[in-house]
Amino acid sequence: MSAIATQLSPAAGLPKWLAPLLLIAFAYVVVPLIGNSYLFEAILLPFLALSLAGVGLNILTGYAGQVSLGSAAFMAAGAFAAYNFNLRVEGLPLAASITLSGLVAAAVGIVFGLPSLRLKGFYLAVSTLAAQFFVQWALTKFNWFSNDSASGVIDAPKLSIGGFEFDGAVGRYLFALTVVAVLTFLAHRLVTSQTGRNFIAIRDNETAARIIGIPVLKTKLLAFAISSFIIGVAGVIWAFAYLRTVEPAGFDLDRSFQILFIIIIGGLASIRGAFLGAALIVVFPLVLSRLGGFLLGDLFDSGVLDMSQRIVLGALIILFLILEPDGLVALWDRVRRRLSLAWQSS
Amino acid sequence: MTFLSTVKAVAISAALAVSVALPAAHADEQYFPLQSYRVGPYAAGGTGFFGGFIDYLNLINIRDGGVNGVKLTWDECETQYEVERGVECYERQKSHAGPAAWNPLSVGIAYAMIDRITADKVPLITVNHGRTDSTDGRVFPYVFPLLLNPYSETSGIVNYIAAKEGGIDKLKGKKVVVLYHGSPYGKETIPIYELLAQKYGFTVQQIEVPHPGNEQQSQWLTIRRAKPDFVVLRGWGVMNPVALKTAVKVGYPVDHIIGNVWSNSEEDVIPAGDAAKGYTAITTQASGNTYPVVQEIVKTVYGAGKGNLEDKSRIGSVYHNLGIVNGILNVEAIRIAQEKFGHRTLTGDEVRWGFEHLKLDPAKVEALGAKDLFHSINVSWDNHEGEGYVTFQQWDGKKWNVVSDWIAPDWALLRPIIEKSAEAYAAEKGIKLRTAADADAVAATN
Repeated sequence: MSAIATQLSPAAGLPKWLAPLLLIAFAYVVVPLIGNSYLFEAILLPFLALSLAGVGLNILTGYAGQVSLGSAAFMAAGAFAAYNFNLRVEGLPLAASITLSGLVAAAVGIVFGLPSLRLKGFYLAVSTLAAQFFVQWALTKFNWFSNDSASGVIDAPKLSIGGFEFDGAVGRYLFALTVVAVLTFLAHRLVTSQTGRNFIAIRDNETAARIIGIPVLKTKLLAFAISSFIIGVAGVIWAFAYLRTVEPAGFDLDRSFQILFIIIIGGLASIRGAFLGAALIVVFPLVLSRLGGFLLGDLFDSGVLDMSQRIVLGALIILFLILEPDGLVALWDRVRRRLSLAWQSS
Repeated sequence: MTFLSTVKAVAISAALAVSVALPAAHADEQYFPLQSYRVGPYAAGGTGFFGGFIDYLNLINIRDGGVNGVKLTWDECETQYEVERGVECYERQKSHAGPAAWNPLSVGIAYAMIDRITADKVPLITVNHGRTDSTDGRVFPYVFPLLLNPYSETSGIVNYIAAKEGGIDKLKGKKVVVLYHGSPYGKETIPIYELLAQKYGFTVQQIEVPHPGNEQQSQWLTIRRAKPDFVVLRGWGVMNPVALKTAVKVGYPVDHIIGNVWSNSEEDVIPAGDAAKGYTAITTQASGNTYPVVQEIVKTVYGAGKGNLEDKSRIGSVYHNLGIVNGILNVEAIRIAQEKFGHRTLTGDEVRWGFEHLKLDPAKVEALGAKDLFHSINVSWDNHEGEGYVTFQQWDGKKWNVVSDWIAPDWALLRPIIEKSAEAYAAEKGIKLRTAADADAVAATN
C-alpha cells in the first residue's frame, strides 16, 4: 500500500516546482485583484509575517532540533534594528536595512544560542526564555532604541525600494509577499543542502553526527543564526508592513508561544507546515469570532463571546493534535494521496 | 386557503414588512465602532469605560431619540488590549457606514491606528491618555487626547502638591519620589518631572518598578530611606494595590501618596483593603452617582433594562464615569458638527471639525447634567487636548471623595515641549504642518 502511495506521489507527471510557482503567481496576480483591505490588513499581512517567523523557527526547532522560546525576542531585535538603521543611516536603502536588521537578529540569536552547546531540550528552552525577557527589557530600558520617543512606541517609515513606494494595503502586501517568497525559497534550498542534512543529523542523534564528522558546535550556532535572521526579518514585516508601529510589549512571550504552536500544528521540519500552521492560527480565530459575533452577537456581549471562542479553539487544537500529531502537513499529504488514488482508480 | 398558499402569504407579507422596515433602519444613523476589551488583564477598565460610554449613547437614544433625530449605533469588537486584535477590529469595523470616531482606550492600538485613521479621515479619541504630542493639531489632524495628556497630568499633580503645601513657592526644598511602572507608559513623564523640579526648586527621585510590579519591597525601603514629602504613584494594574500595601508595611503615610490617572480607580484600591485609606489620586472626572446625568442613566437606561454594567454597584465608579464623560464629549462634538453641516449622518471629517470646535464651558457642562462631574473643555484646531481641568479624590475605604478644587495644569509651560516633539515627528514622517485654513476645509465624503 505504502509502495503504491509513493509511486503515485502527488507530483506524478508534474514537475515539483510547478505547484509553488502557480501559488506565487496566484498570490501576485489574482489576490491583489480580488482582495479588499480587510483581507490584506487583517489576514494576509499577519499571516505572511507569522509564516516567515514559523519558517525561521522550523529551521531551528524542526530541522536542527533545538527548542527555542525566544522567537518574539528575535522578531523584536529585527524590528527595532531595522527602525534604527533606517533612522540613523542617511540614505540607506530599505533592502539594506532589512538585511542588516536580519544580521543583528542573527547576532542576538548566536549569543542566546551559546547555551545550546551545553543544554538540551527543556533546559535549552528555559535558557532561550532569557532572550525573551532580556531583549524586551533592554528595548524598554534604553530609550535610544526607540529614538527617545516619549512613549517608547516607534512608527514605521515609508516602504520604498528603488524609488517604488509600497503604499497602501496592496503595496504592503506585495512587499511582504516578496520578502517572504525570497526567504522561503532560500530556506527551502538550505534544508535540502548539506547544511540542512547536518541540522537533521544533529537533531536525530548528536553523538552519531559528531562521529561522522559534522562540526556540532558550529552547526548549532549556524542554525541559531539562520533561524534568527529569518525571524528578525519576519519582525520587520510585522512592524513595518503589518502594524505600522511597534512597542516592545508587542513581542512578548505569548508571541513566542504563538510561533511555536504554528510549527507544531503545521508540522515540524517542513517549510509548508509553517504556512499551514500560520494560516490556522491567524485565520481560525477570526472565523470563529466573526461567526460568533454574527450568530450570537445580539445575545451576549463581546467578552463572553471571546471567552467561548478561546474554549472552542483550545479544544479543537487538543483534538487535532491527538488525531494528527504530525501536523497539518501530514493531513494535507494524506488527503492529496487519497485524492490522487481515487483519481487514478476511476 | 391551502396550506401552501398560507405559507406563501405569510412569506410575502414578511418580505413586505422587511422591505418596509429596512429603509427605516437605514435612516440617519451615526455609528461608533467600539474596540472594547472585556476579557484579559485590563478587563476591569474596559468593562467600566465601554459600559459608561454605551450607557450614555443609550441615554441619548432613549431620552432624545438620538442627536437631533440621528440615532446613535455601535458594535463591539473585542481587542483584549492587544494591538494586532485592535488592528483587525479596525479593519473589520471601518467598512460600516458612517463611523463617527474611534475610541480604543489603548495607547498601543491608538499608535497603530494613527496612519490608518489619518488616511481614512476619521477622528481617533484617546481620552486622558495617548501620545502627548498628538495634542498639536497642526501635525495630528485626526488624533484627540481629550481632557488630559500625560504632561498635563504631571503638571496637575505638581500644582496640587503646591496647593497642599500652601503655594508654588513652598515647593522649594521639598522632596518628591515618583514610583513608575517599568514600561513606555511609566517612563513617559520622567523628563517632565525633572523639568518641573528644576523650575520650582524641589528635588525629585524617580524609581522604577518592573512590570507587573507584584514585589516592591526594595523600592519602598529606598523610599523610606529617602523620606520624601510626597510619593507619586504612576502605576498600572496590580502594581497599585501592592504599592499601597508595601507602603503601609514600611511605614510610609498613605495620605502622602498621590496616584496618577491610571492609578485612580476602585480596582486599584479595593484589593489593598485598609492600606488604601487616605490614598489620594488625580482624576478628570469625579466619581460617584449623584450627578444628574448619572442619575438619568440609572433611571432611563437601567430602568429600561438596557444598562451595560452587569454589576450595578459599579455605576458611578471611576471608569464608568470616564466612559460617560467620553460619551458626552463624542456626542457633543457630533451635535456641534451637525449645527454646521446639517442634522444627518456626518462623515468622519465633519465629526473631526466638530471635535475641533468642541467648547463646553462650565455653564454648558451644567446644562448637560455633568456639573462637578468634569469641569470644561476647550478644543481648537491646534490644541486637541482642550485644556481639561483636574481634581483630586481621596479613598475613605468605601468610596472616593473629592478633596480639591478644579486645578489647571500649566499648559503654557508644556506647549513648547509638545510642539517641539510634534515637529520632530512631522519631520521624521515628512508631514506638512497644517494651518487654520486647512482645518476648515472639510471632506464631505468618507
